[in-house]
Amino acid sequence: MKTLTITVLLVLLAGCTPATPANTGVYMLLDTSGTYREELEKAEQIIRYTLSRLDATDTFAVARIDTGSFSEKDIVAKASFDDRPSAVNRQKRMFAEQVSAFVTGVASSPYTDITGGLLQAVEYLNEKGTGNKTILIFSDLKEDLKEGYVRDISFDLDGFSVIALNVTKLRSDNMDPREYLSRLDDWQSRVEKSGGQWRVINDLDGLEGLL
Amino acid sequence: MDFLLGITPFPVLSALLWIVLVVTALYFARPTAHKAIRAAAGALHRTLRVASKAVSRAEVNLAARNREVLLAAGREAKERIVEREFDRVNETVRKDLANFSALHRALSESINRIEKDHQDAVDVPPDPPGWVKAVQAVANIDSREGRVGVGNVLSDIHKSLVKAHKEAMAAYHKASGQRHALLRRMRPDWRQIQQTLNQVGKNVDSLLSRSVTIDRHMQEYEDIVSGQDRAISVLSSSSLVFFFVSALVMAVAIGGATVNFSLIARPMAEMVGGTSLIGGFRTADIAALVIILVEISMGLFLMESLRITRLFPVIGALPDKVRVRMIWITFSILFLLATVEAGLAFMREVLLHDELATSALLRGGDAQELSGQYLWITTAAQMGMGFILPFALTFVAIPLETFVHSLRTVVGLIAIGVLRFLAIVLRLIGSIFRYIGALAEQLYDLPLFIPLWLEERNNGSRSRRGNSGLQELRS
Repeated sequence: MKTLTITVLLVLLAGCTPATPANTGVYMLLDTSGTYREELEKAEQIIRYTLSRLDATDTFAVARIDTGSFSEKDIVAKASFDDRPSAVNRQKRMFAEQVSAFVTGVASSPYTDITGGLLQAVEYLNEKGTGNKTILIFSDLKEDLKEGYVRDISFDLDGFSVIALNVTKLRSDNMDPREYLSRLDDWQSRVEKSGGQWRVINDLDGLEGLL
Repeated sequence: MDFLLGITPFPVLSALLWIVLVVTALYFARPTAHKAIRAAAGALHRTLRVASKAVSRAEVNLAARNREVLLAAGREAKERIVEREFDRVNETVRKDLANFSALHRALSESINRIEKDHQDAVDVPPDPPGWVKAVQAVANIDSREGRVGVGNVLSDIHKSLVKAHKEAMAAYHKASGQRHALLRRMRPDWRQIQQTLNQVGKNVDSLLSRSVTIDRHMQEYEDIVSGQDRAISVLSSSSLVFFFVSALVMAVAIGGATVNFSLIARPMAEMVGGTSLIGGFRTADIAALVIILVEISMGLFLMESLRITRLFPVIGALPDKVRVRMIWITFSILFLLATVEAGLAFMREVLLHDELATSALLRGGDAQELSGQYLWITTAAQMGMGFILPFALTFVAIPLETFVHSLRTVVGLIAIGVLRFLAIVLRLIGSIFRYIGALAEQLYDLPLFIPLWLEERNNGSRSRRGNSGLQELRS
């Protein structure tokens, strides 16, 4: 009898043990510099697709990359989805509206602080404590820092998946493709050295494996 | 191997030497080896036979127990049937024949009254007085003889009498007419009396047919009580049929419960959250399942309280007042749960539309594109299903009871079959071991054919010598 009681209690305790969170956190960085601003309509499609893939208790934030991106002020829209399906739908619709308004009225920034945005993304997702952490970078990956901004900082991307989307070729890349390739290699090595996983998706019709 | 073949300079010689040694050793160990083989084979054979007998005994015991279970179940079922037949008879007697004496008296009085009225109605009309003819004769004479004065008087008397007679006849006709009217009014009463008597006759006939049914059931009950093989056979086959039929109905009910589950699991996430887990299962799913199980439990209690099923003897044995209260309480809970389910089904539809609208918006379409004028049909259908299914699941109690009762018998029959098969297999294996022992003895002797042949020959010559010595002694 005693053994049975202990077994039942253990089973109940095992049932009550908090499991590892299975939710997903996505932080998307939007490059608004120069001519890349024209690509933001594609970004909106990706955001809508991401919204459709996320579920209750997941977290999603969209932030712009501008001169100094290591700031909460650059977050365009953010949401930690509720546990109730109806609230989730409402949050998704509001999120989509906010992003749409941003894409319509955004002004291009003179500089591109991708590293700052990445740091902000890591900080945000770590704070949310989601099970899966994904950072989407919608940019040409050409970093252009304003004088005085220090971004030679190491990341801790352990458990993070960093996906570069729509990495367009610049005019200079066309002249010398090595620039483009070295840019991609640099970012890949930075991410992988920090413990993260690196992927590049340029074909936006094949977003099935995004999340 | 080299060592074995190296005991002499010649390997062949060494091998031959070894063969001779081994054969000799085997020959000398032969009686002991044969005994060991026989003992081992015999032990296995006997052990398996004992095991087979034990299994057979267990099978017999189980069959006896199964028989008792079958008889008990059959007895109980028959008692219920007979009890219900008696209840019906009692009801018929109470309802239709309780006032039979009063009815009979009223009928007799009505008939007497009708007879009397009928007698009154057939009275003959009164004859006119006899002297009227005499007066008429006098009046006629007077006319012939010319006695006018007397004749006139007599004529007046005659006229008065004729007039009185006519009046009397008119009064008589009037009275007769009234009596006929009375009889006409009584005609429906006669018909009603006839109908009542017909109904009474039908009730009596129904009672008679019920008594025949009760006789039949009582005969079967007696067969069961006396444990006749025919009764066992009938009960066994009935039990199997009940088992499969109830299993089929239960499968249908499980399908209904699954549909019910899918109706309420999604909107339950609105109440208990869509992602929280209990023991690896979604809390919303568990909550929906609990609601369905509570509904089924309430249905069981309702059926028990109505005495349709008898799974819980405690409920059946409750006083009628408490039982009726329990009926109302369980029905109210069931009704509330059905209403909740209907609400959840409505919520499900709303959520579905909301989700579809959101998906459409995220795809870049119009969020309102899904609102159609016929969507209320699916909403109403889902709500209706949500409300009806809990009540439909209530009736699961009936096949469940049959399933539980027949399961004991069916499991018993299966166990008997398994035990019978096991007994046969054990007996077969035991026999196989006995023959394996005999075969092993023969195989043991196979390499010893030379010494055995020599032994046989030696024994033959010895016996021949013995026989000749015996003959010499006899001679």
